[in-house]
Amino acid sequence: MSIIEVNHLSKYYGKAKARGIVDVSFNVEEGEIFGFIGPNGAGKSTTIRLFLSLIYPSSGEAKIFGKDCIQYGPEIRQDIGYLPSEVFYYEGMKVLDLLKYSASFYHKDCSKRLHELAELMELDLTRRIDDLSYGNKKKVGIVQGLLHQPKLIVLDEPTSGLDPLMQRKFFNLIREENERGATIFFSSHILGEVQKMCNRVAIIKEGSIINIQDIKTLQKDNYKKIRVAGNGLDEARFAVEGVNNLEREDGAISFFFKGDINMMMRLLSEQEVADVTIEEPTLEEIFMHYYE
Amino acid sequence: MNIYKHEFKMNVRSVITWSVSLTLLLLVFMSIFTSFAKDAELLTKTLAQMPEQLLVAFGLTGLDLSTVLGYYSFIFLFCQICLAIQAANYGFSLVSVEERDMTADFLLAKPVSRTHILTSKLLAALTSLTITNLVVWAASFVCINLFRDGRTYDTKILFMLLLSIVVFQLFFLSVGIFVSLLMKRVRSVTSASMALAFGMYILSAFGGMLGGDSLDVITPFKHFEPKYIVANGAYDTPLVLLNVAVIVLAVVGSYVLYGRRNIHTAV
Repeated sequence: MSIIEVNHLSKYYGKAKARGIVDVSFNVEEGEIFGFIGPNGAGKSTTIRLFLSLIYPSSGEAKIFGKDCIQYGPEIRQDIGYLPSEVFYYEGMKVLDLLKYSASFYHKDCSKRLHELAELMELDLTRRIDDLSYGNKKKVGIVQGLLHQPKLIVLDEPTSGLDPLMQRKFFNLIREENERGATIFFSSHILGEVQKMCNRVAIIKEGSIINIQDIKTLQKDNYKKIRVAGNGLDEARFAVEGVNNLEREDGAISFFFKGDINMMMRLLSEQEVADVTIEEPTLEEIFMHYYE
Repeated sequence: MNIYKHEFKMNVRSVITWSVSLTLLLLVFMSIFTSFAKDAELLTKTLAQMPEQLLVAFGLTGLDLSTVLGYYSFIFLFCQICLAIQAANYGFSLVSVEERDMTADFLLAKPVSRTHILTSKLLAALTSLTITNLVVWAASFVCINLFRDGRTYDTKILFMLLLSIVVFQLFFLSVGIFVSLLMKRVRSVTSASMALAFGMYILSAFGGMLGGDSLDVITPFKHFEPKYIVANGAYDTPLVLLNVAVIVLAVVGSYVLYGRRNIHTAV
């Protein structure tokens, strides 16, 4: 079953019709960790805010658990955990009071999970939210988003402000939730973390989805990053179909290659080389390709 | 119920502050009633020498400060200003503060409808205003009876003045919410509520000075003018009905606007 179905969803802001997202369609299947990547302003948060009916679409629709996001908003949000990118909570409140307030919206007893999560994230429940550092506020956000054991977890740039150790804990926590059966929608501009976590990834650029792919396909089947070092390399010989971003540094050539690897091997064997490396491009490099 | 409780808790300190201030205002002003009443003749003479515009602006015309209710209605005007600021303040902040502090993202991502949120918030604000209202009732009775110095007054008219408070508060609360929902962002709740409350007061005061009727129509300070109620022993019914109509429209309009509202991220 598709947990999220997005059909031709568009959002324009205000009278000026400022672009939010344009004709976005994709599905997220049950149990997936779905990555959603793009730079700031590409429309990631707009899409998420449409899921939560914080904003209303200009056209198209989004369904979660098979139900329309607007019509059945309160009902579907019972099973959504949302961690916003910027966390600010009612000042003057203690952490525990806020978490209890958050828990009071759900039709189940969340207190056990609340304490488990707080302990795991090393969150001091007795402190006032105003006194917390940004990273600690982020932890409040994580606990608040997960305490009701949601079926769908929506993460909007979740790791900013967390130290590396906490980030690892957080990712483990998300993986556990995923193994428990939760579907994860993971929006980020940090490609490394998407690469580590996700099964599939959608790339969004200027409000439109430009590619949705299995993360392994994206990395493996497409491009190889090849670097050849040696004296008297004939650069022109590499100007064949499937070669991209050919760059010459002193005594070495590097490029991306997509195509028959045997042909490339033959091409390489013609040359007098000192060193060859063939590696998977990072998602970052693939991503830059889409953004050229 | 959880939103209502939470909202009310956030208001408690403000309710206490306003209630204490209003009690003090009543106490201080009523305590000097005896000396006022004694020299009423002198006072009337002094006032007669002041420029009429000034008297009109401060609502000092047609007042008999030597009677309990005449004097009280003069103080009641100040109470009204305070109550207006308080109610407008709750109105303007009801949804805008959440959006400014970005807690709206937290609340609206919860499994509750917008209608439910607005209703809970309205009821919490109404509870806060009613507590203040009751304090004004109690303080008025106590202060009047403490300082009336044997003079009598018509309880029915006092009731009429006090009963008007609830509608008066509702006006500023509902108009406050409605206006805040027309705006993308309320920059300062305090200045907005002061502007609405004093703006309405000035319209009523200067409307009187200009002698025109047109301005009276929109300001609750005219709809529930203490002087009028005391003098006539009745409300100005058409104006009161107009006031109620504005409240109904503002509340309905607020539900419609909030139901469609796009909650933006802070930029």
